[in-house]
Amino acid sequence: MAEVSAIKGAAQPAKQRTRKKRSLASRLLVAGTILFLTLFVILPVANVFTEALSKGVGAYVETFYVEKPAQNANLSFRERHRIVAKAARAERTWSAIRLSCFVAACVVPLNMIFGLAAAWAIAKFRFRGRVFLLTLIDLPFSISPVIAGMMFVLLFGRTGIFGDWATNLTWPDPTSIAWQGFEGHWWPFAFTRSESGIMFTPLAIILATIFVTFPFVARSVIPLMEAQGSEEEIAALSLGAGGWRTFRTVTLANIKWALLYGAILCTARTFGEFGAVSVVSGHIDSNDTMPLRIEKLWDAYDMQAAFSVATLLSGLAVLTLIVKSVVEWKTGHTRAPEPRELELKSDEHRSAGDQQVLRLLPGTQGREP
Amino acid sequence: MFRSKIAVIGLVVAAAALAVGPARQARSGQDVTLLNVSYDPTRELYSAINDLFTEAYKAKTGVNVTVEQSHGGSSKQARAVIDGLQADVVTLGVGSDILAIEKAGLIKPGWQDRFPDNASPYTSTVAFLVRKGNPKHIKDWKDLLRSDVQVIVANPKTSGAARWSFLALWGATAGAKTYDLSTPEGLAASIAAGKAAKDFPAYKNAAALAAVTELYKHVPVLDTGSRGATVTFAQKGIGDVLLNWENELYLAQDEFGGDKFDIVYPSTSILGEPPVAIVDSVVDKKKTRAVAQAYLDFLYSKAAQDVIGQWHYRPRDIETLKKYSAELPPLKLFTVDETFGGWARAQKTFFADGGIFDQIYKPTN
Repeated sequence: MAEVSAIKGAAQPAKQRTRKKRSLASRLLVAGTILFLTLFVILPVANVFTEALSKGVGAYVETFYVEKPAQNANLSFRERHRIVAKAARAERTWSAIRLSCFVAACVVPLNMIFGLAAAWAIAKFRFRGRVFLLTLIDLPFSISPVIAGMMFVLLFGRTGIFGDWATNLTWPDPTSIAWQGFEGHWWPFAFTRSESGIMFTPLAIILATIFVTFPFVARSVIPLMEAQGSEEEIAALSLGAGGWRTFRTVTLANIKWALLYGAILCTARTFGEFGAVSVVSGHIDSNDTMPLRIEKLWDAYDMQAAFSVATLLSGLAVLTLIVKSVVEWKTGHTRAPEPRELELKSDEHRSAGDQQVLRLLPGTQGREP
Repeated sequence: MFRSKIAVIGLVVAAAALAVGPARQARSGQDVTLLNVSYDPTRELYSAINDLFTEAYKAKTGVNVTVEQSHGGSSKQARAVIDGLQADVVTLGVGSDILAIEKAGLIKPGWQDRFPDNASPYTSTVAFLVRKGNPKHIKDWKDLLRSDVQVIVANPKTSGAARWSFLALWGATAGAKTYDLSTPEGLAASIAAGKAAKDFPAYKNAAALAAVTELYKHVPVLDTGSRGATVTFAQKGIGDVLLNWENELYLAQDEFGGDKFDIVYPSTSILGEPPVAIVDSVVDKKKTRAVAQAYLDFLYSKAAQDVIGQWHYRPRDIETLKKYSAELPPLKLFTVDETFGGWARAQKTFFADGGIFDQIYKPTN
């Protein structure tokens, strides 16, 4: 006891000294960080909102919604055109928002499937070329998005490798889906328009975005899968669970939060992607996603409208941050686990695995649906 | 776990519903969509003309036409058409870009003669935009070469306006023969001279070569398109003078206010003839030739010519040009055909890889 207090007594002043030293250094560090964040994050984001509202709330709303002009004979053609153009501007902005959402709705689920498949193959199996595959998954991170877009032009453009096939391909435009009723059909929807070709259509935008955002899901799932190993799956399989059931109740259950985390990052990037999409969009108005729309408004000297659309992307970024924090809080661990922790964790998992084993025991199996 | 799965599925479905929900209206067989692939500065012009055309065509034939627009650097746009962008018509900044599409086999030769006036429904020229009050006293081409003047111009490799600017400086320095194109006689004489021209001494002019070499030493940024160059000069405040299309200079004044900039016309400049053409391979496939023809014909109508004047391009129709003569003063202009023997030859000599521009341009930093 005396020994302990002696040690404590010796340790105390030393601890205080280091705390004092640290507090000065840390204060400087904190001040530096805050200054940096203010300069490079807070000010630019605040600027987006002030510019968007620089002409008042009315002008902000007009970016998204304009009342159709009354037929006023007194207006000159140029004045009338200005009003009509404003309505067209709002319509195009909505079309860009719709296309962005549509692209995300296609890209994110697909990349969740692809990413999960790739992560599963890499984390759970050892095979020749595994490291090469891992590098390949990272490739989109290291390629400039503009180059990614050009790759698709070289593949599917008129003069590209698959050019002949790709330019003659006809497919129903999914954004033209409309209600046609049940008379004579069992399926009440119909596509009213078809698009031809791949390049310079929404299909090209989806392809390019899939390429650019591919690593997010795989990259967030692989470390967790590798840390967990495949003992649990082996246990489940050895106890007679089928492949699909093992995947559903063991593999997927273990990585669901990491998967969601990857999906969030993927979504954020999908909405923000500019370079690749710009190349494959052909600059056609109906192929504008939100970032492309912002650039066009900016080029048309319409700074306020450009920033108004930018507020949506900023809002989306904030939403992403919130969801991301919730997911991190749910999973509990965001930093890379230390070796000791990992050991503990795998112990935990072993016990979780035991529970799985219990659930899958022949005696209890009959009760499972 | 199931709850979270449901949440994820819910989010996806909501996003899909949002995307599909306000679907475009069902279209009947009477509806046609045209794609007009054009160069940078014309977005506002064609947005206005398209409104007029849609109305006129509907009244005449009952067909609803939607004209989609695509704008960018002239050569970049031509490249996209060659790569398969389904343009029914191209309305580009420079003839050489349409020649490139012709070379790729998408447009039949002879397109220059399929529409009046060298297939360019309006003309323009290259002029200067300077800061208000012209603090650096920039009056003519030679002032751009002074060491205290920073010039903003786009990259001739990707921008039509930049190529016109390059040729304007070259021709003006070489003393090319000019015409007053606001008179029918001047117009006729210029076209006849362009057709008759056999040799082109301007190419060998040493003073012109020295002038362009000097000019690009004073260019701090080479933007890819003319609109980018305007934004660099007007929005970012870089440079003393902007070298660009006349219409682009007026638009900058409209957008930023006349109290910020002055337009300066050099003593002589170039006649810019942005050409239009139907992309034969696309209209044959989409069966839109009739509408495409009507659309480009419409550009020569009185109504469209008037809009062209309102948006500061020079109408071909001489009466309409006179109506806007206060803004678009008569100038002494020389033609590419007479001075340089047409765009194919000028493109090859000046702007092709390894051409004169590549030899003289060295990035300043």
